[in-house]
Amino acid sequence: MKNNSDTQPQQLKDDLKLNYGPNKKFVAICAGTGCRAYGSLKVKEALEAELKKQNMNVDVIATGCLGFCEKGPMVVIHPDKYFYQSVKVTDVPEIVSKTVAKGEVISRLLYRHPDTKKTMFREEDMPFYKKQLRVVFGSNGMIDPTKIDDYLVINGYQALGKVLSEMTPEGVINEVKKAGLRGRGGGGFHTAVKWEGVRKAHGEPKYVIANGDEGDPGAYMDRSLMEGNPHSIIEGMIIGGYAVGANEGYIYVRNEYPLAVTHLNIAIAAAREAGLLGKNILGTDFSFDIHINKGAGAFVCGESSALFASIEGRAGEPRAKYVHAVEKGLWDKPTVLNNVETWANVPLIINKGADWYSSIGTEGSKGTKIFSLVGKIMNTGLIEVPMGTTLYEIIYDMGGGIPGGRKFKAVQTGGPSGGCIPESLLDIPVDFDKLYEVGSMMGSGGMIVMDDTSCMVDVARYFLAFLKEESCGKCVPCREGIRRMSDILEDICAGKGTEGDINLLETMSQAIADGSLCALGGSAPNPVLSTIKYFREEYEAHIKDHRCPAGVCKALITYSIDPEKCTGCGLCIKVCPTQATSGEKKKAHTIDKDKCTRCGACIESCKFEAINVK
Amino acid sequence: MTKASSIAATTKKIVKKHGGGKSAMIAVLQDIQETFNYLPKEALKAAAQAMKVPFSRVYEAATFYTAFSLKPRGKNIVKICTGTACHVRGASALQDKFERSLCIKPGEMTPDGQFSLETVNCVGACALGPVVVINTEYHGQVTMAKVDKIIDKIKQEGAQ
Repeated sequence: MKNNSDTQPQQLKDDLKLNYGPNKKFVAICAGTGCRAYGSLKVKEALEAELKKQNMNVDVIATGCLGFCEKGPMVVIHPDKYFYQSVKVTDVPEIVSKTVAKGEVISRLLYRHPDTKKTMFREEDMPFYKKQLRVVFGSNGMIDPTKIDDYLVINGYQALGKVLSEMTPEGVINEVKKAGLRGRGGGGFHTAVKWEGVRKAHGEPKYVIANGDEGDPGAYMDRSLMEGNPHSIIEGMIIGGYAVGANEGYIYVRNEYPLAVTHLNIAIAAAREAGLLGKNILGTDFSFDIHINKGAGAFVCGESSALFASIEGRAGEPRAKYVHAVEKGLWDKPTVLNNVETWANVPLIINKGADWYSSIGTEGSKGTKIFSLVGKIMNTGLIEVPMGTTLYEIIYDMGGGIPGGRKFKAVQTGGPSGGCIPESLLDIPVDFDKLYEVGSMMGSGGMIVMDDTSCMVDVARYFLAFLKEESCGKCVPCREGIRRMSDILEDICAGKGTEGDINLLETMSQAIADGSLCALGGSAPNPVLSTIKYFREEYEAHIKDHRCPAGVCKALITYSIDPEKCTGCGLCIKVCPTQATSGEKKKAHTIDKDKCTRCGACIESCKFEAINVK
Repeated sequence: MTKASSIAATTKKIVKKHGGGKSAMIAVLQDIQETFNYLPKEALKAAAQAMKVPFSRVYEAATFYTAFSLKPRGKNIVKICTGTACHVRGASALQDKFERSLCIKPGEMTPDGQFSLETVNCVGACALGPVVVINTEYHGQVTMAKVDKIIDKIKQEGAQ
């Protein structure tokens, strides 16, 4: 029963348009966590002060992450959309007097293509943005995440209005099903199937949860959504609540994301005030409210049953899933748990339609996916691309390739549950199924690029050490198995590997994958199996030749100084913590191998690349 | 009021603020840690009493989650990000350098109580890697050469 056919968000938006119009002049500055670390808030203050000084009435808005984190802080001058990168406080007076006042471009602040040296004026000209399709993430640049009005202007809560006035819960589920939306958190489970399960499940009340426990190291797209566009997640959750028949929702946010918690809290309060959350939303008889729960630093809490345990106030230990969360989840009640990015896709599907949505992507994976492109890559940042874009396009066209003239070695996807993909497979289209086929997985969307100075055995060791720490300890295969695998990998990296180690690792992997209670253990061997599969020769070099080809594993390398390149400047002597480097000024220095701890301080300090690692 | 009873009184207020139920356990522990900078034993005991749960339940949660510390922590908390992106950009060498400069291992506090060293699995600022978060400030692209300067700056600020 609906007693309000007027979609109030439309009214709210129309009122606001008077203030906002498309030709409005304003300055947007990226204030995501990354850009804040570069000092973007100081730049914002300087912009405001300078505008006031020059008597200009122009708004400066601190937006969420714009994605191109490599070049922060970024400033975009609207309506011309001139895109300035690496802006410093000292650039501010010129930006205001030239670009804001007269529309003149300051070319030194524009992006310059590293090969052609051509400067580029706007986002859409730049190789990093050109091939992206930013339907979920793109709004970040247009809104101040702490202002609900900004979200309303970009059609925010229109989908909710449509759902409550025109659609039945079954209709919503059907639309999501037709769109082909799959969970963005890693598993890629069909969202509509989950929703249907909860709608039909017996038991009241039902719950809706957003999983913002983005634990995969090297992934930060969920953080940027929660910080940059919190209302899109909230709107998705309200729609989800309506579809499954839930009146209560939770957002579980990682402890390490304080800004995300702040912005979500502000957004929830604003939505309540606007009548978009709480009792009788938009005058209908549907009520829904959202609480925020903060994690406390446990990777396993990204797993559904562990997450429920954590919200219930217990240690985050998973349970066996003979009965699924859709029937018995939080407090043993039917529960929908979706990743925050999945929720942010929901309003889009309702607004633009399932047909539009399913026209993007591949046969089995629809829509777009946000990836964090990090590690040894030129253009570090967040990208959103249609499913099916190839790894090559992502790494070379958008990412700009490998810096420092080094050679690409592998890209790691799927976090600790995923694997390393070698150069020979860069042509595969990225979707849920293809990544799984090559021994990795989508995960939440982290892509860590590695070059020839990354040791693949060390990477496997790193992940197993990570999982050893994060294993909750409840089931034996995961707790003891991962520990043993980690020990073997530590040995190999320390030059103490033996002939049968690779086989032993493979056998143990099988047992751990088969016997573990939850996905943490079940997928834990992936980093090891994929590196053995594609980089077996590196394992063999460590075990048989006691050599680390990438020059990473400390026990297997020695440092020496190239007398041809060394100028005798003495810097390496100054920084060495063990007095291993010595020599006279202006004469080639030497390293005492017995004293050297391979800490890398000399390599970092040497301006002439005179330190050899073998 | 003794120190222990004042801790207990503060803890009871925190539990009450969160409604008194045991489902608020994590939030209660977070608030206790924010108040005292760590989880004092007296606070955990008081929390168990106030929430009407066995002490073992509180202790289980307090030791399960890595964000909680049962030991007092330093005035300045240095968190080294050891996420994958930071790892491939040299976070472990950086960790060694911090250990050498502060003469402590992760999980420890300097004898003067000025610094605690911790590692964190990923702070989600991967573009800036390797990242070190000191208190609430993010330091990006940290090199070994910068470490002593960062520490000295904090020491000077503290002395003022």
